[in-house]
Amino acid sequence: MKPDAQSPKAAAPAAERLAGGSRRALDTIGRLPPCRWTQALLTRWGISARTAVIAVPYLWLLLFFAAPFVIVLKISFSETQIAMPPYQPLLEWAGERLTDIRLDVNPGNFLYLIEDSLYLRAFANSLQVAAVSTLLALLIGYPLAYAIARSDPRWRGILLMLVILPFWTSFLLRVYAWIGILKNNGLLNNLLIWLGIIDQPIVMLQTDFATYLGIVYCYLPFMVMPLYANLEKMDLTLLEAAEDLGCRPLRAFASITLPLSLPGIVAGCMLVFIPAVGEYVIPALLGPADSLMIGKVLWTEFFNNRDWPVASAVAVVLLLLLVAPIMYFQRVQGRESGGRP
Amino acid sequence: MASSAPAPTRPSHPWNDPALEPYIRIERVSKSFSGFVAVDDVSLNIYRSELFCLLGGSGCGKTTLLRMLAGFEEPSSGKIHIDGLDMSGIPPYERPVNMMFQSYALFPHMTVDQNVGFGLKMEHRPRSEIADRVAQMLKLVRLSEFAKRKPEQLSGGQRQRVALARALIKQPKLLLLDEPLGALDKKLREHTQFELVNLQEELGVTFVVVTHDQEEAMTLSSRIGVMDHGKIVQVGTPQEIYESPSNRFVAEFVGSVNVFEGQVTASEAGRMRIRCAELEQALDVLSNAVAAPQARLWVAIRPEKIQLALQPPQAASNWTRGLVKEIAYLGDLSVLLIRLESGKTVRVTRPNVWRHEEESITWEQEVYLHWHDSSPMIVRE
Amino acid sequence: MKDKASPVRLSFLVFGFAFLYIPILSLVFYSFNRSRLVTVWGGFSTEWYGRLFENTQILDAAWLSLRVAAMNATGATILGTLAGLALARFSRFRGRTLFTGMITAPLVMPEVITGLSLLLLFVATEQAFGWPEGRGVSTITIAHMTLTLSYVAVIVQSRLSSLDISLEEAAMDLGARPAKVFLLITLPIISPALVSGWLLAFTISLDDLVIASFVSGPGSSTLPMVIFSKVRLGVSPDINALATIMVSLVTLGVIIAGVVMLRRERARQRDLRMASASDAS
Repeated sequence: MKPDAQSPKAAAPAAERLAGGSRRALDTIGRLPPCRWTQALLTRWGISARTAVIAVPYLWLLLFFAAPFVIVLKISFSETQIAMPPYQPLLEWAGERLTDIRLDVNPGNFLYLIEDSLYLRAFANSLQVAAVSTLLALLIGYPLAYAIARSDPRWRGILLMLVILPFWTSFLLRVYAWIGILKNNGLLNNLLIWLGIIDQPIVMLQTDFATYLGIVYCYLPFMVMPLYANLEKMDLTLLEAAEDLGCRPLRAFASITLPLSLPGIVAGCMLVFIPAVGEYVIPALLGPADSLMIGKVLWTEFFNNRDWPVASAVAVVLLLLLVAPIMYFQRVQGRESGGRP
Repeated sequence: MASSAPAPTRPSHPWNDPALEPYIRIERVSKSFSGFVAVDDVSLNIYRSELFCLLGGSGCGKTTLLRMLAGFEEPSSGKIHIDGLDMSGIPPYERPVNMMFQSYALFPHMTVDQNVGFGLKMEHRPRSEIADRVAQMLKLVRLSEFAKRKPEQLSGGQRQRVALARALIKQPKLLLLDEPLGALDKKLREHTQFELVNLQEELGVTFVVVTHDQEEAMTLSSRIGVMDHGKIVQVGTPQEIYESPSNRFVAEFVGSVNVFEGQVTASEAGRMRIRCAELEQALDVLSNAVAAPQARLWVAIRPEKIQLALQPPQAASNWTRGLVKEIAYLGDLSVLLIRLESGKTVRVTRPNVWRHEEESITWEQEVYLHWHDSSPMIVRE
Repeated sequence: MKDKASPVRLSFLVFGFAFLYIPILSLVFYSFNRSRLVTVWGGFSTEWYGRLFENTQILDAAWLSLRVAAMNATGATILGTLAGLALARFSRFRGRTLFTGMITAPLVMPEVITGLSLLLLFVATEQAFGWPEGRGVSTITIAHMTLTLSYVAVIVQSRLSSLDISLEEAAMDLGARPAKVFLLITLPIISPALVSGWLLAFTISLDDLVIASFVSGPGSSTLPMVIFSKVRLGVSPDINALATIMVSLVTLGVIIAGVVMLRRERARQRDLRMASASDAS
């Protein structure tokens, strides 16, 4: 049997009230001249509604998402110039004829990235920071997601809402909150001194520790959400079966719950790791002044040194580094959402 | 049953009248989905005011055939005519056909009367006419006082009736019903079956019903088309399908049956003598089937057509002997599994006529199985 | 099996939520501090709220950000709905793989890359076609739409895949043409998904610092850009006040949504009782 169309979940009640008023409006809109004209025009051009539905967002993304990467690639091969824009054109019309086009491919920027160990270290450091933060986020997020998924169903919605709530408040302000907590005369140091654990403030702000903390804090909801979604739909009778067969709870967790939640773990880790590699705001505010995060390096090259070609080269390398995890994420995402053929 | 008491509005057996033009003509229709053949060269005629059932297991192509009638799928080859009109290339919204969906597909954001009136609204009928016809339709399905409710506020049976009313309000030439009773519980289903038949006879609309439930098909239909692997394997009245299945698949799919492999030893007009290795005595069968001597064929006997006795029958044929292995008491009848000497297990049903019957037959008892010479059916592989 | 209040699970919850909320609560707490030194308590005061509302730079930036966020959310919802529709309903078309890739990649793409590449595009098109003339509200909006339409598309797609397709077929069967089916059946039913998509796109836009920094021009500083430049110089109490206002607004919204959902749930329970009561007929 097919899932019942009238099941409460399918018929989200919010739709109904909205729809009650909007249906008549939509009906009228559909009959207004402009709508009819558009339809007639599309028909005359032989463009079906289907084509239009696909083409509009497709063209938008091609223009504003795919094309920019081509330009980044192009500029990463050009030379810096003191001008606006501060790079040499890659294609030059040297003469009248088409054959006079001179292609200036200049791999200098990439060679520069290899020669100056700063960039290599920045890439390595970014990957390491992202990996460690992802692991920490998993260590905090998994128990939290697990506890929510196994709590009383009446509370689950509220608890989940509490996880997402910080995500809706400003990211920047949440990072800012940690400055107040971590700085030398901040909340945490004051507390530790008051408790008598330390008598001199520990330097916590502008350290790698603060960077890790900031990333874990800001990306925690991204870790918890997919984990929760996975753990919540798990069949609890599997655990009962395991215990019935003589498996102790901890063992049952390790041999049943954990392997089954692997897709959630992978999705959560990807959602934290990939953006964290290129993170700028958190290391800029919480990390050490000379912190080597690649996002920060790119930002500095671009805004402070105004070296657009090198910034572009950094972006190209960063993108190449992330292509594999991004494609992997897409496959996971596709599997999760792919219900229909 | 519907077939035994046809309404005066339709000729009793239109399919036997060669002069009558079929209302729906399906001509050599095939449909394949990326290499998989869902419907394979099906030809079928359905007559006006028939209640035709497409019966088959899941994946047999019955739903695909129905969806081609509705216009949701185009045939890969072949043609469909409805009331003389070629339907190729005509989209669902322009066909004189309506459908009742398995999930009912009631629009969750509309009330019952908005759901029922949707089809008329799409025809831009005047508001007053829509209101009148909706009221009339709701009265017919006894839902007048639920007009302002949302589908969510209705029970399963009520939703089913809303879906029916919505599909009927445009007075379609043909109503398609996809597992119309599948979502109802058993008790309600039986009641609704008869309601559906009555409504169909009252309105005279041609119904095509898809179902996997043979009991439902038997109760509802004037004729049944049994489908298997995308092909129609037999078309006939419920009685024809049950009593004279054309092949082994139909015999086994509709009801249960005991099948024996046999060899023709003698045949004369209307009679045939068959030797089955699994049975002790030869079969003496009344049959019009033509078979060459020595031909191998299949003989099927329905469980209710086998009688049990404790003494050997007098006849020289049409009986065998076995040990009772299982007895299942089902209330109205009992099912017995009897193992023959050849190792073959035979299924026999006996009605429980008396309330406190002294059970004369018990486990591990030797019994004699015998049957009338009209009971065995000769079936093809 | 389900022990009601396992202490282990309770401690997970307490620790997790403490980690999430103590920083936010500290912001709120110190926004009412008289002292300029944010972390030294100098008595209760609402002085910083007054200061905040005198700060025209912040107010202008906030207004600009709200405008951009609203335009972005509307545009992204339209484009994202089309994209979600294409993904959910048209299983095969040329370039579908590339399309899916361009929808999911922005979800995880580091913002520095998106920001830089969009800026370079705008510079190149300005050179080539004279568009856009300088950078500001329009370029920020376009950049944000490109990012957020993916979020809307994913939400809409998942809602559409869980929608019983026979609802649309039923409407078509009753005589509605495809465009009508979409307007009268699909759109009203998926409208909650559109609302949440719109809100998400709005929030992301309101919150974005990196992409906006790349594609904005002189004189078009968004709120996050202003906050960032202030915060870089250290903590300042009026930012605490601003944070408190934002947190309160979001919390209020969530509470309202919660109450509405609770009411709906009660109404639904009532409906179910009504349905089972009328089952006899």
